[in-house]
Amino acid sequence: MELKTKILAEENKQEIVITRDFELPVELLYKAYVEPEIVEQWMGTKVVKMECIKHGSYHFVTTDPMGNQHHFSGTIHDCETNVRIIRTFEMEQTPFAPQLEYLEFIPVDASNSQLRMQIVFKSVEMRNNLLKMPFAAGLNMAHNRLEQVSLK
Amino acid sequence: MNLRRDVFQAVADPTRRAILALLATQSLTAGAIAANFETARPTVSKHLLILTECGLLKSKQDGREIYYQLNPRKMKPIADFIEPFRLLWEQRFDKLEQIMKQYKK
Repeated sequence: MELKTKILAEENKQEIVITRDFELPVELLYKAYVEPEIVEQWMGTKVVKMECIKHGSYHFVTTDPMGNQHHFSGTIHDCETNVRIIRTFEMEQTPFAPQLEYLEFIPVDASNSQLRMQIVFKSVEMRNNLLKMPFAAGLNMAHNRLEQVSLK
Repeated sequence: MNLRRDVFQAVADPTRRAILALLATQSLTAGAIAANFETARPTVSKHLLILTECGLLKSKQDGREIYYQLNPRKMKPIADFIEPFRLLWEQRFDKLEQIMKQYKK
């Protein structure tokens, strides 16, 4: 079966390309990226600010299960309805440098669309570290589970 | 599972990646592998040692020669390391799709 979400991470490049096919008209896909109440639902975050216009900006705050707040923010460089968003993305107070994101909303037919998201990082190393984060988190979880079992 | 060396560190080096690529389809002796590189033979031997220590390569004695071959079982985590990242996005996008399908009605 063809994967719906694909990640292209070429070796020694400081970028990745994420593509995803949606059974949605392009207008609804775009809406999911600019309407704060909708972004909150699928990104699992609180949207403090969402101003999707040229020179605009956005700010998300997520509270983890430990009660710590994490801030994510960026500025909008270009925003064309149902076509594209060009923006920066920063995880505040982390060692990760801001990244540049090119989002393209591509209509396939009246009820299908595709999202193409090109993310440019500060360095190849930073890209690789970010890609490994969920992998490392998975390893840690497995490790913690083992520890819990062995404590019993 | 006790990895003496981290597999990701092992594949971070371009020469070592080239060695893995070379061995993808065939087993070769250290000499035959070294013949593909301009680096000194001892340097290639050191790379082979590191790859063997972390389990990415297996060596097999055949008469006087030692043949190196890939250990595909150990290669799998490297091919899969991006998968958790992909799944994270897949879950988000699935949710987006689900929410917007309801929105349509």
